[in-house]
Amino acid sequence: MGFFRGMLNLDRRIIFILIAGAVVVPLFIPFHLKMHPTPASQGLYNAVEKLPEGSTVIISGEYDPGTAPEIQPMMIGALKHCFRKGIKVILMGLWPQGPALEGQALQEVFKEKEFKEMNLQYGKDYVNLGYKAGGAVVIQSMGTSIPATFPTDMAGTPIEKLPLMKGIRNFNDITFVLDFSAGDPGTPAWVMFAHDRFHVPMAAGCTAVSAPMLYPYLQTKQLSGLLGGLKGAADYEWLTKSSGTGIRYMPSQSIAHLVIVIFIIIGNIAFFVVRKGEKR
Amino acid sequence: MRRQIPLAITFIGGVVMIIQYFIPHQISQEIYRGVLDWQMIVGGFVLVLGIGSLVTHHTEKVKRQKEGWGYSLVALLGLVMMAIAGLFFGGMASDKPFMQIFIYAQNPIQATMFSLLAFFIASAAYRAFRARSFIATLLLLAAIIVMIGRVPIGAKIWSPIRVISNWLLDYPNMVAKRAIGLGVGLGMLSTALKIILGIERSYLGGGK
Repeated sequence: MGFFRGMLNLDRRIIFILIAGAVVVPLFIPFHLKMHPTPASQGLYNAVEKLPEGSTVIISGEYDPGTAPEIQPMMIGALKHCFRKGIKVILMGLWPQGPALEGQALQEVFKEKEFKEMNLQYGKDYVNLGYKAGGAVVIQSMGTSIPATFPTDMAGTPIEKLPLMKGIRNFNDITFVLDFSAGDPGTPAWVMFAHDRFHVPMAAGCTAVSAPMLYPYLQTKQLSGLLGGLKGAADYEWLTKSSGTGIRYMPSQSIAHLVIVIFIIIGNIAFFVVRKGEKR
Repeated sequence: MRRQIPLAITFIGGVVMIIQYFIPHQISQEIYRGVLDWQMIVGGFVLVLGIGSLVTHHTEKVKRQKEGWGYSLVALLGLVMMAIAGLFFGGMASDKPFMQIFIYAQNPIQATMFSLLAFFIASAAYRAFRARSFIATLLLLAAIIVMIGRVPIGAKIWSPIRVISNWLLDYPNMVAKRAIGLGVGLGMLSTALKIILGIERSYLGGGK
């Protein structure tokens, strides 16, 4: 009885140490786990896979360094997938830190030999339009005119000087939208305006906590696919046969989840034993 | 007049925007574009307001040396330093001070703060997730299934857990989220109508 009572009042520092161990140890002693992509992840992969060469895709980043460990691997995966398929990429963001993190993702992609050898040109194969304040209003404005919404790119270059942006007037000239978001403004705004009002097909990636909120958009096909959290990123890496932090961090996440579940079970056993004892 | 004019502007603006949505005429598109420009300009002012409020709040704290004023000083210095780095030292190029501070200071600081959540969630889950009632037990089981089913190790432990986890997200979760979404949507619609028709006037101030 004393043991179970002690378990109920377990010092939280013990929990912290065990969680830290569960996260850190698999990073140093990695083990292989076979991925089983969810239908939602498969949907996003299939949608991008079906895009013809030369299509123009908007990739929007609504996340910050706090959520980057979950979203950044998705962004890197999407860039790799698009570049391999010869898709033109327009990067932008509705969060101030988004475009800067997109820039970092590009640097990560170009570190790999395969993409370095592609000799992709800024302005011709990809552009970064940067951040624009206004949230959903920016998307609505892009529906009427993208050059009016973003007169310059992130570096201040006039948009008309970028070959990729020639002929891009509004969403009618965009084949697909990929939105990677960690909150508001984010995917719901893109679904409401880019998809519902201007009829651009789209898919999204988000943090694990916000994924359940976006499931209704999957069933109605407003989203072709959805990457949820680090697992979604790992699914995407698996499907695109890329290596990245998604798959690399999966053992840590798996063990951490397992430890939390074990704690919950132990906590409940202790709760019932103590309650039974008190009733007697 | 102080109330009638804003009410009239709201009514006319609301009705015009509803009508323009259904009439894709050139004039209607021009109005729409104008309104969007205005909204973005107002959005810019909100940013100024936010920075102003941040500066006022923290300056006051530093001046009066209130508890934690040192953190306020760091916040103010951070704000000034980032602005100077962005405005006068090469903008947002990756090798310039602004981006260097972003990559090597803001990135790890924010990532660290967010990572701490894992520890608090684990501790909170251990203490709060109790099968006290039938509903709580259902929630507990769903949480365990989704937590294990969503990670690859789940399939190694018990393969069907993956399918059950997906089912939980695709059906019970989606039904609940859709119901919430519809409720919120209807609420927004009715509030918008009340504002346009002048029934809801709290935005004018005065508490009525």
